[in-house]
Amino acid sequence: MLDGIKIIVLGLLTLLFGLAANAGLDAVFRFHMTLFMAFFGVWTILAIRSYGKKPAPSESSYMDGPIKAGVIATAFWGIAGFLVGDIIAWQLTFPELNLGLPWTSFGRLRPLHTSAVIFAFGGNALIATSLYIVQRTSAVRLWGGNAAWFVFWGYNLFIVMAATGYLLGVTQSKEYAEPEWVANIWLAVVWLTYLAIFLGTIVRRREPHIYVANWFFLAFIVTVTMLHVVNGLSIPVSPLASLSVPLFPGVQGAMVQWWYGHNAVGFFLTAGFLGMMYYFIPKQAERPVYSYKLSIIHFWAIIFLYIWAGPHHLHFTALPDWAQYLGMTFSVMLWMPSWGGMINGLMTLQGAWDKLRTDPVLRMLVISVGFYGMATFEGPMMSIRAVNSLSHYTDWTIGHVHSAALGWNGMITFGALYFLVPRLWNRERLYSLTLVSWHFWLATIGIVLYASSMWVTGIMEGLMWREVDEQGFLVNSFADTVAAKFPMYVVRAFGGMLFAGGAILMAYNLWMTVRAVPQQTRDTAAAVPAQ
Amino acid sequence: MEIYQALRTFADTWGLLVLFLFFVLMIIWLFRPGARKLHDDASRQIFRNEDRPKPPEDAKRHDARDQTKDRSNG
Amino acid sequence: MSILSGHKKIETNAFLLLVLSFFVVTVGGIVQIVPLFYLDNVIEEVEGMRPYSPLELAGRQIYIREGCYVCHSQMIRPMRDEHERYGHYSLAAESMYDHPFQWGSKRTGPDLARVGGRYSDDWHIQHFRAPKELVPESIMPAYPWFETTPLNYDLIEQLLIAHRRAGVPYTDEMIRSARDDLILQWNPDSGDVDAFLERYPNAQVRNFTESTEVTELDAMLAYLQMLGTLVDFSTYEPDPTR
Repeated sequence: MLDGIKIIVLGLLTLLFGLAANAGLDAVFRFHMTLFMAFFGVWTILAIRSYGKKPAPSESSYMDGPIKAGVIATAFWGIAGFLVGDIIAWQLTFPELNLGLPWTSFGRLRPLHTSAVIFAFGGNALIATSLYIVQRTSAVRLWGGNAAWFVFWGYNLFIVMAATGYLLGVTQSKEYAEPEWVANIWLAVVWLTYLAIFLGTIVRRREPHIYVANWFFLAFIVTVTMLHVVNGLSIPVSPLASLSVPLFPGVQGAMVQWWYGHNAVGFFLTAGFLGMMYYFIPKQAERPVYSYKLSIIHFWAIIFLYIWAGPHHLHFTALPDWAQYLGMTFSVMLWMPSWGGMINGLMTLQGAWDKLRTDPVLRMLVISVGFYGMATFEGPMMSIRAVNSLSHYTDWTIGHVHSAALGWNGMITFGALYFLVPRLWNRERLYSLTLVSWHFWLATIGIVLYASSMWVTGIMEGLMWREVDEQGFLVNSFADTVAAKFPMYVVRAFGGMLFAGGAILMAYNLWMTVRAVPQQTRDTAAAVPAQ
Repeated sequence: MEIYQALRTFADTWGLLVLFLFFVLMIIWLFRPGARKLHDDASRQIFRNEDRPKPPEDAKRHDARDQTKDRSNG
Repeated sequence: MSILSGHKKIETNAFLLLVLSFFVVTVGGIVQIVPLFYLDNVIEEVEGMRPYSPLELAGRQIYIREGCYVCHSQMIRPMRDEHERYGHYSLAAESMYDHPFQWGSKRTGPDLARVGGRYSDDWHIQHFRAPKELVPESIMPAYPWFETTPLNYDLIEQLLIAHRRAGVPYTDEMIRSARDDLILQWNPDSGDVDAFLERYPNAQVRNFTESTEVTELDAMLAYLQMLGTLVDFSTYEPDPTR
């Protein structure tokens, strides 16, 4: 009965989106409606095929299918995002590479790059690892059955909609929140489902305690819901067109956007990834986290302070000064809990430092925490108004973001993938630790080249812009500063190439782990120290 | 204008104070007696149940003996 | 002991954890954002600001579509060099009708908040065609399709209506005549220019590219050539209470 209703509803949705695809007022809208139609069409067919069949309840095993899919998607989108990033780095060096075409020009590819690495690579990594961790630490199968599959496919459909939208010129132009209203509403549905699965699993857990990693994941999921909904408020120009008009104007829009933008960093790229840190580092080091109390202090301090830090993106702008100072104060305070968390991660290796020599995966996880520490020092520093007056609008910001995103988010995700693939596919070990080492060094050198070249260009252009002669005239034209950055732009693009190359090595290594490494034959439990 | 002033004043005085006290309370709670045992157990949670969920009966009687065993092996 | 076991409750109750975390993260946002909606203090009244004309708005949509904001800011900070290079610092009021705001966060290219009137139409036409020919150091992409693509303004009324719903004071008359106004700004012979300029004071009225139909480049130029020109800073007095 219930199955019958489900099929009818899905069928009607397929039809509805088909009609919308036909009636849409612009090509992108019609295309996105066609995607929805295909999504629900396939779902309808799957529902019909499984009609009447009772799925065997499998409470005695974990639900790892969507996690495996998420791992593959993470690797795929990671490489795609890194490659697009490197292409646009070369475009900034040699503008002819824009090719004079709308869909290959920098302005459209840059949001594609940022969304691909943050939301496609980072988001898939967060969803996969959080669902993996919440099951193991709650000792119970995911709540909600196939809802986890809906989250996986729904989230990746959102990414495809966002990415194709940018290339075809559909964007809200709010940084890191560029997707238009159709994709935004869809993401909200998917995200709330994700929240329900995660919360439902915790509620049904068979361990007395909620492990701290799950706290971070929960705060990340809840806060991102809030940020996404508020910042995404907009008025569609027509229910049948992709374009919309964001609700908030000028100053308010800027404040809401950077409240969103900075907390996308704070909760998506920090809290969520800290959840990964608090699981994978202790697991890979085979020791419990250094101080569990510190991890809880870390949690409350991070979520309490981060949410206020947004206005440091708007220093010296038309935003009222009190909001700017509030943002700066909290940003500077953030330094302390961030380093508390870094120390907690690093000290987990106490008594196991020797493992760094032999275990390149652990090395990857640990250096990511090192980059986290560097970025969370640099960030508060750049939020100080005097520093910001120089660094704002320059490449320094770009360097800061990348040392954090490539170093912290990238490296810890790579470590997590190396950890997960042998376990999820039940393989004895990774295909090649040598390749992991290669990846480690390619990525590290790539980041160093990237960050240092951007420091140089950022500080240089900041100083050149403000340079005046004794009569008080500007010394440099804007074009002079652009020309001066050329050599460093080459270095940056080269560093990015190394980083992307490392990720390709990783994909090969993981692929071969599944293809060529023999199955784990022993009882897997024996290899796990605690059982 | 008055609403704006009132909100602003509330924000950077009482609002901030309440949040700060909340934060301090959280930390004081953290150091309550008896928390250590709980935290030690929680921090070793990740080394249990790696491959399959815990059977429902086990979950109900999560007694001290289980924990000791887990810890000694972990 | 009952108080002392409180944190244990948080640590073991998923919903409580959820609610407390949500409380903590909400307050920060509310405190910073809500006061900004009491506009009279955040945005002072400034003479000259008006909603965008239909053609300017269409140009602005192209600016958004092409991601110009990723390389160009529209927010001049109150520093000496920025004053020298770009002009008077940006006022909050100058972006009060911007949905979304286009302040940007990066200057890979120069600030555009006051680019209006700085360069001739011909300069812009050349520059969009091939930036390097005018500025050899430039790393800006070429946008040759602007001048060859006819402007699509099928949804211009709806665009104005959506802006009005978001709080921009478009009148019924402005919405009714949106299409005619769009054409009129590009072809002054097609209607009553004085009435148009009464609706949209200081709008640039001309066939920017000598095109035979309205192109995307016409819309872009209508927008760019207006940017930053609405407020007359020779008579502007900052409000000392801000």
